[in-house]
Formats: sequence, structure tokens, C-alpha cells
Amino acid sequence: MTTTTSAPALPRFRTRAARPWGLHVALLLTAWFAVSALWPGLLAPGDPLELHLDSALAAPGPHHLLGTDEAGRDLYSRIVHGTAPALAIGFGASLVSLALALLLGGLAALAARPVASVVDRVVEVLFSFPSLLLALLLVALLGQSALTEAVAVGVGTAPGYARMIRGQILATKSSPYVEAAVTLGHSRTRILRQHVLPNAVRPLVAVFALSVGQSIVWASSLSFLGLGVAPPSSEWGALLDAGRLYLTHAWWLTIVPGLVIVVLALTATTLGKHLQASLERNDR
Amino acid sequence: MTLTSSTDPALDAGLTQAPPSRSAGRTARRVLARVAGAVVVLWGAATVAFLAQVALPGDRATIIFNTRAGQPIERTAEELAAVNAQYGLQHPVLVQYLDYLRGLLHGDLGRSYQQYRPVTQILGEQVGSTIVLTLTAIALAWVVMVVWVTLTAGRGPRTSGLGAALDTVTAALPHYWLGILLLLLFAQRLGWFPVISDGGPVGLVLPALTLAVPLAGFMGQATRTEFERALEQPFVVSARMRGQGDLGVRLRHVLRHSALPAVTLSGWALGATISGVVVVESVFTRRGIGSVLVTAVNSQDLPIVTGVVVLVAALYVVANLVVDLVHHLLDPRLKAS
Repeated sequence: MTTTTSAPALPRFRTRAARPWGLHVALLLTAWFAVSALWPGLLAPGDPLELHLDSALAAPGPHHLLGTDEAGRDLYSRIVHGTAPALAIGFGASLVSLALALLLGGLAALAARPVASVVDRVVEVLFSFPSLLLALLLVALLGQSALTEAVAVGVGTAPGYARMIRGQILATKSSPYVEAAVTLGHSRTRILRQHVLPNAVRPLVAVFALSVGQSIVWASSLSFLGLGVAPPSSEWGALLDAGRLYLTHAWWLTIVPGLVIVVLALTATTLGKHLQASLERNDR
Repeated sequence: MTLTSSTDPALDAGLTQAPPSRSAGRTARRVLARVAGAVVVLWGAATVAFLAQVALPGDRATIIFNTRAGQPIERTAEELAAVNAQYGLQHPVLVQYLDYLRGLLHGDLGRSYQQYRPVTQILGEQVGSTIVLTLTAIALAWVVMVVWVTLTAGRGPRTSGLGAALDTVTAALPHYWLGILLLLLFAQRLGWFPVISDGGPVGLVLPALTLAVPLAGFMGQATRTEFERALEQPFVVSARMRGQGDLGVRLRHVLRHSALPAVTLSGWALGATISGVVVVESVFTRRGIGSVLVTAVNSQDLPIVTGVVVLVAALYVVANLVVDLVHHLLDPRLKAS
């Protein structure tokens, strides 16, 4: 949402708000998550699956930073080691989602009349299903696994993005520079390749960042319902699902992985919004 | 307004609406077109639901038996034939499809594989509780959002910054997390509310709050922008010059102008809230569509899953028709002159 178009009194407020401390925090957290995913041993040297039955369900403290689970496994290590599978599902789901959205949105905006209006309707129909419901339908069809989870979440969130991409392409199509290119007599394919597609695809970088965060939240919701990746894994959703059993005795087993997911989602949202803003600034 | 910047598809839906109509005839035609569009969406939803049932890999009669038994068992041809006859599976797919559509017109959503009962009956027992929760949550979200935006929007960089930041944070809260937090704090620790939410209005508070807070943050993001823009408008200055107090101006003039995006979102929110309801019902062990759905997904009882899908799509379509109407009531510019 851009508000910069009108409002003469805004400049002072803008420069103040532009101080990007949020971005700095987000970048730091991104670095943390990246290291956890690529080299978890650096941040958590211990084996995440090592059992310490004598210190089972220990509360967060000096020995175990974030406490332990029912088998005495260190929650901090498990969360660090669970970053890679969690991000893999988030990235996988986002790829599925945006690829599908690009296909549907592109067809709806660019294809010839009958095809476009049919695709339009299909998107409209899919959009009338809430994301989680569509994902659940797919889990019911395909059974439970990490792959299903990524595909289900991807398909579940695709209709919204498809509508956005369609709007974006249509807006570009009716923009003055495309009109100018038409007037200059450029061919349809050249205009598409040179003007329409780049402008429609570039914002997707920002959307992708937003989508990774959202996908991880959706995927963890599936896990929370017991329909995600099976518990022996340290994937965050699986940790949530396993921790639920001990909710009343060991709150940290659910609250902490949930908090990590919230922090990741906020990081992704902040990054996405800043990317979006800088892309828009470049457009002007 | 650039379409790129709005990551929320529902907003685009509202913003790309047809320009205001000029005559009553046009309005009527537009309403008719909307209704026709709604019917097409419903038909599409029903088709997706049917295809999903057909797409389940394997022989359906065997699947039905296995779902009931909970394990794969070899069945005789007679047993399979009986189930085929009961569910009409001996007909070609096209006939089954037409039968399914005909059934839907009579409010028949098919038969559960596991419970031997019509899906309509199973969902009918649960839908009331879910609808009460959903509507309470949306109403609560509106109250929270209006209070928060009115108090913080356009009050200098610090306060509005805090307001906007809280919008972003609450909008990102997963329902399961917020729900568990509220459950542990207010039900377990403080004992103000029952741990297991059932029936009564007291048990409704925490689940509704869990759904309302993220939704309020979400709607707040859309409303705040409009609110701050409306605060700069000449009519606000003139209202102030007439001597109206700040709160009066905000509630009477600014809010009305800035509520439109949130109204548009509410129709979409009804559908999105259902996603949350599934999770929240699980957190608070509350009866409703969500818990039925999760059980059905677990046991691959597809008629129930697709039944919920069709039901929710229908709710979504009706809600959006209502939102369109409210839009017209709120914004006189859209009315035929």
C-alpha cells in the first residue's frame, strides 16, 4: 500500500520512519537462520537427538538454555538443527505456490479470451477455499509427508498470489510505456519479453520472501494438527506437535518453537516489505 | 495505488471493482452479474470437491471398507458390489458427477465413509458452534481494530509507529501459538476461563480472542493507511473548525472513510477465519467443523472433507455478496444517482 502519492505534510514523518532499525534486526536474524540451516554444528555443537533421561522435561536454565523434552533432548539444539528442514518446507512451498500462481495469473492476464476467462474462473473458485482448507484437502488425498506438506501449503496459498500477478500484469499492460511501445510498432512478443514480464516478475522477489514466512506458519499449523512431518524429526512443526502432549507440564516445548516460527515469519515479512519498497523506489 | 504493493489479494478484489454505476438499471444488472458469478464459483467448488473424491488413488469401494476398518483387508466381490450400489459407484463418472450435483441442490453432501451417515447430518450438528465462534471473532476483531487505530493512527511518529508495528506483529501471530499462550496464561495459570471450551459464553472468550487478534492486526494494516490519509482531508479540517472534538472527528468522519478496505477484507476474512477456526478448535478442544475436519483428513474420510470445502465456499460466496451490499451502504459514491 503506498501512501506517498498525496499528503503534503508527510516528508518529516517519512524520514523518521525510514530509519531502518527493523531491517537491521531482520538482517541479523536472517544471518542467524542461514547459519543454523547450513552449519547447525557451529551454533549448537551437541547432538540434537542425544538422550539425557535423567534431565527429562527440564525447564530452561543454565544447563539447557531452552529446556529439554520428555527424553531429555536439548530443545535449543533441536531448534537449531530443525531450521534446515523447516526452511526447506518453506522454500519448497513458496516455489510451488509462485510457479502455480505465475502460470495461472499469466494465463488469466495474457491468454486469448476464452482461455483467459476460464482460468479466471478457476482462480476465483480456488480463492474461495481458505488456504488451510485447500491444504487439508490435499493432505487427505496424498497422505502425510514432508513433500505433501510443501505441496499442500504451496497449492493452498497459490490462488491469492495468482490474483496478484494477474493484476500486476494487467496494470503493466495498460501502462503508458507499453502503450508507447505499441505505438512504436514493436511486436507483441518483444513487448511481452521486454516490458510486461520483467515488470510483473520483479515484485515476486519481495513476494517470495513474504511467502516463505507465511508458508512456514501454514506448514507448522498442519503439523500442529498432527498432519505434518512425523515427530522424530527436529523440524519446527514436528517439535510443536510433539510438545503439545506436555503442554501443562512443560510449556517451553510448544511456546519456544512457536516463538521461533513467529520470529522467522516477522523476519521474512520485514525483509519482503523492505525489498518491495526499494523495488518501488527504483521504479520511479 | 499500485497493485504490486498490496500483498493481500482480497484488497485488490475490492479496489479493482467496477466504477460506480449511473442508473438503477445498471445497478440491477450488476447485482445480477454478481449473483451469476457467485453461482459459477459454487459450481466450480462443487466440481473440485467431486474431482477430489474421484482422484483418491485406488478402488473407491475398497477404500471405503479400509477407511471403516482402519486397515487394508481383502474383500469379496459381493461385499464390494454392495458398497458400490450404496454409493452409486457402479455408474460411469459423468453420471456420478451429475448425481452429486443433483444431490447438492437438495442439500445432500454425500455419505461419510466411516460413520455410515449423511455428511449434511454430521456437519449440521457441528456447524452452529463454528459459526458462533467465527462471527464473534470477526465482531471482536472489528472492535479491537477500531479502538486501536482510532487511538494510535496519525498521532505523531512515535505513537503511530508503535501502532503500526503492533499491527504487523499481531497479524503474523499463528493461531496455535496465540491460543496456547492465552490458554496457559488465562485458563491454566489464572483460572479465569475453562481450559476446555464448550458451550457457554465464558468458554467462547479465549477462542474468539485468539482468532480476533491476528485478524484485527491484519485489518488494522489496511485501515491505518486510509485513516491517516483521511485525517489530511479538507473535510476533517472543516469539521475541526466547526469545533468538533478530536475523538468526534475521528469516529464520525475519518473512520467512515477509512473503514472501506476493512469491510472488503471482512468478506475474505470469513473464509480465512475458517482456517484459523480449525486450529483454534483443536487448541481449545472445542466441538465444531474444524475438529470433524481434522479427524476426517486423518482417516481419509473424503466426503466429509469435501463437504466442509463446499460448505465453506458457499459461506464465502454469500459473505462476499453481503460485503458488496454493505459497501454500497457505506459509500454513497457507489450509489446510483
